Amino acid sequence: MSSIISVANLSKTYGSGFKALKNVNLDIKRGEIFALLGPNGAGKTTLISIICGIANPSEGKVLVGGENIQTSYRKARSLIGLVPQELHTDAFESVWATVSFSRGLFGKPKNPAHIEKVLKDLSLWDKKDNKIITLSGGMKRRVMIAKALSHEPQVLFLDEPTAGVDVELRKGMWEVVRTLQQSGVTIILTTHYIEEAEEMADRIGVINKGEIVLVENKATLMQKLGKKRLTLHLQNKISSLPESLAQYELDLCDAGATLVYDYDTKGERTGITSLLSDLRNAGIRFNDLDTTQSSLEDIFVDLVRTS
Amino acid sequence: MNHRAIRAIYLFEMARTWRTLLQSIVSPVVSTSLYFVVFGAAIGSRISQVEGVSYGTFIVPGLIMLSVLTQSIANASFGIYFPKFTGTIYEILSAPISYFEIVLGYVGAAATKSIILGLIILATAGLFVPLHIHHPIWMLTFLVLTAVTFSLFGFIIGIWADGFEKLQMIPMLVVTPLTFLGGSFYSIDMLPAGWRTVALLNPVVYLISGFRWSFYEIADVSVSVSIGMTVAFLVACLIVIWWIFRTGYRLKN
Repeated sequence: MSSIISVANLSKTYGSGFKALKNVNLDIKRGEIFALLGPNGAGKTTLISIICGIANPSEGKVLVGGENIQTSYRKARSLIGLVPQELHTDAFESVWATVSFSRGLFGKPKNPAHIEKVLKDLSLWDKKDNKIITLSGGMKRRVMIAKALSHEPQVLFLDEPTAGVDVELRKGMWEVVRTLQQSGVTIILTTHYIEEAEEMADRIGVINKGEIVLVENKATLMQKLGKKRLTLHLQNKISSLPESLAQYELDLCDAGATLVYDYDTKGERTGITSLLSDLRNAGIRFNDLDTTQSSLEDIFVDLVRTS
Repeated sequence: MNHRAIRAIYLFEMARTWRTLLQSIVSPVVSTSLYFVVFGAAIGSRISQVEGVSYGTFIVPGLIMLSVLTQSIANASFGIYFPKFTGTIYEILSAPISYFEIVLGYVGAAATKSIILGLIILATAGLFVPLHIHHPIWMLTFLVLTAVTFSLFGFIIGIWADGFEKLQMIPMLVVTPLTFLGGSFYSIDMLPAGWRTVALLNPVVYLISGFRWSFYEIADVSVSVSIGMTVAFLVACLIVIWWIFRTGYRLKN
């Protein structure tokens, strides 16, 4: 797949001297859903703002669809739809008027059929004549998505699209994003909800302190770093592990009340069967067990901590 | 040229005018009518003619300018400040539109509004006093030039302001006094010699003088100086706006 966005050696230093981005290099493939993860203040919004033309870069180059965002800003920007993090909407305009305004602003001829489709896809059709001020937060969020889609962009930026949105609406939003991807739109989303990235993304990038720490296919990332953990709750506490169990590298926790075993689900052998049989042979009995899988969140926290 | 974007901004801004018709059109017309009642009828009846024109007639160009100046600034400054305040400016900045086109949309709409307003006030004035315009083309030229120049000035204030107080400060503390002292209600020839020199430092004097000349062929300063000063102020505003966009001052970062 070719790149639709190509960021090279991008840096941003604010007037205060704060370095929000440090030599960022990133390629977004055409048609993918890319999730950009990072703690607050990591530089996610700054990166998006520069690509979209809202902030000026200090150094570096960004191409969108092969067009330089500075020297060929008209072509570059007309490919992009942006849904910012904050709910910035007009108050007194109708939904229809504000979405039509956005289309005009991006230089596209009127197309009521397209606006109608966008509003229907986002379940806003029955609200089209309502003033924006009368809408709920979730609806305003969808109005902003509708505005971003009004000019048929090839790339859609969703900056924390589901922040403060209830679970049901969030799932609805995911559906919308998937449908968009099927129609060929490339989607870049930033999120705090790891489950969102896990659920949606094809690839994941992690940004921390203005630097891209990692970019990886989600599946590869999960495979590479996905570990499972088996916890055994013992019937009787033990003070030390018998020699026969040394090969499993078990951890004895809770003052000898639990045994913890880490294993790789992708490995040929997990070693669980032999562990359980060796435990029985050693006379160690347990009354409960559970397994947990390291989530993207654990991976993310680890990465951010070590970077 | 992204003409659809200019049109979108222009129509969006004009829609705001129709939505707030009372505030944008009716209230300036009412306040101007009050000026006519107070200055034209009550006080004016005790003042003899000014340079061969009755006092009520004499103040018409000044009153129109007063409204056009203040409304141009108010319209344009609010037009660009409000998206900054609500955050919707992100959309303008991320659109495939040049700075020139942004200015054309906002300033064009603000100037249109104040020109319409000026013409309504002119028509209203016609109800109170007999009017004869000697140079209608020049009258319109001055009207348009002033509306555009002060809309540009308002646009600068709107970008500069980071709060509603600042938005009001320049119009209230600078523009209104300058307009009142700029000869809206008197000829600066009526002032003592010393004050007359001071008055010539006030740019508004030149606007009102030129505008009044187009009505009655009477002027405090020569017409070419009036036009020259207005154009100079227009160019100064354009330079400041060019600098704002070049540096991203209070817009980007």
